[in-house]
Amino acid sequence: MDISFCIKPAGDSALLVQLGNKISPELNAKVRALNVALQHNPIEGVIETVSAYCSLLVCFDPLKLEPATLEKYLERAMGSTCEGNISQPTVTVIPVCYGGDLGPDLEFVSAYCKLDPEEVIALHSAPNYLIYMLGFTPGFPYLGGMNPRIATPRLENPRTKILAGSVGIAGEQTGIYPVDSPGGWRIIGRTPVNIYDPFRTPPVLFSAGNYIRFQPITAEQYQIISEQAKIGAYKVRTYNLEEEEGTL
Amino acid sequence: MPTFFEVVSPGFLTTVQDSGRFGYRSIGMPVTGALDQYSYKVANLLVGNDENAACLEITLLGPTLKVHGSAVIALTGALFQATLNEQLLPQWQAVEVKENDIITISGAKVGARGYLAVAGGFDVPMVMGSRSTYIGGKIGGFQGRPLQRGDKLEIGSPSKEPSQHVGKLIPIEYVPKYVINADNDIITLRVIMGPQDDYFSKKAVQNFLNSTYIITAESDRMGYRLEGERVEHISKNHTQIISDGIPLGAVQIPGDGMPIIMLADGQTTGGYPKIATVCTADLPLLAQGKPGDKVQFMAISMEEAVYLLKEQEDRLHKLRLVLSPNASATAKHLRVAVDKRYFDVWVEER
Repeated sequence: MDISFCIKPAGDSALLVQLGNKISPELNAKVRALNVALQHNPIEGVIETVSAYCSLLVCFDPLKLEPATLEKYLERAMGSTCEGNISQPTVTVIPVCYGGDLGPDLEFVSAYCKLDPEEVIALHSAPNYLIYMLGFTPGFPYLGGMNPRIATPRLENPRTKILAGSVGIAGEQTGIYPVDSPGGWRIIGRTPVNIYDPFRTPPVLFSAGNYIRFQPITAEQYQIISEQAKIGAYKVRTYNLEEEEGTL
Repeated sequence: MPTFFEVVSPGFLTTVQDSGRFGYRSIGMPVTGALDQYSYKVANLLVGNDENAACLEITLLGPTLKVHGSAVIALTGALFQATLNEQLLPQWQAVEVKENDIITISGAKVGARGYLAVAGGFDVPMVMGSRSTYIGGKIGGFQGRPLQRGDKLEIGSPSKEPSQHVGKLIPIEYVPKYVINADNDIITLRVIMGPQDDYFSKKAVQNFLNSTYIITAESDRMGYRLEGERVEHISKNHTQIISDGIPLGAVQIPGDGMPIIMLADGQTTGGYPKIATVCTADLPLLAQGKPGDKVQFMAISMEEAVYLLKEQEDRLHKLRLVLSPNASATAKHLRVAVDKRYFDVWVEER
């Protein structure tokens, strides 16, 4: 992979591989490529990695692996990693019931953006959103790719409780709340799918570097999927990004 | 009826913790686990447990527990005012407890966090590979939360006969300094500079390394917030970074210039520049810091930090030999005097 990078110590138990310093899908794909390369060729002593927008934190046990040795491994991995070699990213389809009690701020977003609610829904459910990284709370995806036409500022007074599954807009960002938490995002809908379940393997339905697509559903469909999800019978649809491109 | 401890009073913040929840930071799950891993591991060794068994982490003011059944316990970490049936409960030592015994752990006299191990470990469900409580995520530990009055904590079956551990103690040299030397009132944390020390001027870095900070009351398992000399960013544009992964012990400097040291329950990613990272061997020391305590930073190299960690691991290894059930068969503990100083020596037969 022909890009400049630097490896910096992040304490005695982590190295930070910095691949650049901007938020772009191309750079994030390189982070993903390196991460996948490390997953395919695990290094003894590496505990885990944290993917971010344009860097990868590699956590290791210095009692098992010398930092200098790890640095050499990482340099070699950077040299041999080729984005073409890794599998295509996947798209996970998240059904969302927009508006009503489940999306109390849809009206506001629609008024603020001077669009019909249906247009807001259409614009929000059109793109494949790149999951740049997961963080903040377990399973919270930092998504990129929202249409700026539906950008809406945060609430002035954050709500004390936003229910898990809520889909919101904050400025030019959009995201899903994986667990009940306070928050100031404009909530436009909710998914009946448990995107995070600590007792499931894997606990979160998606991972950094892949994509999410929102699919509008009716209140009836929400109920049905909700019942299925409760007993673990609902399976989200996931496909390769290139498959979709082939069909278009 | 299995052995269990009944929580008569929970104390300030008592949670079940183990060595941590690894492998899930990529989805935003903090590692959690005992903040003072040294004291935590020694507590387990004292009662003959696997070193990763679940213990209680006790904060500042401990719980009162009623024993149902019989067990062997050990209390390590901070020096507490602690009693067993109103008699002094010795710390850093394995102690037998019986039906209806009352364990009372009152205020911490030196340090902030204690570790109560029980032979067999606290038997709570494993969640994502760990028994540690993640308070923010409401998972792990006892029902995903700190202990409350009336909780019944079941004890696992000890793999070995626990009574043979009763009375075991560790050489005084192996009790961390924060417990013995109460008047040593500045906690020196050794740090590796970076990964974003280039967001600060030379002068700001010097200020950071040369001044003394106070631990504020807004300090918890997520992170310690410090107050003191402001650490200035090069410019306003340098008060934020594009969010990246946060290692344990990272010293973040937000816009107000006051350091925040990120700990086991902290966010996995964040957007504040990290001037330095506390070396792993000093995290136990920090975990024993209380609001009002003073902290200073000292920059060391990666090699030095790894050496310190190896040294700590060597100490644990020696304790494993001393505390193993057949210790007498594998290692002999000798105390020798040289120039009026005492040294503990273990002779291992191979």
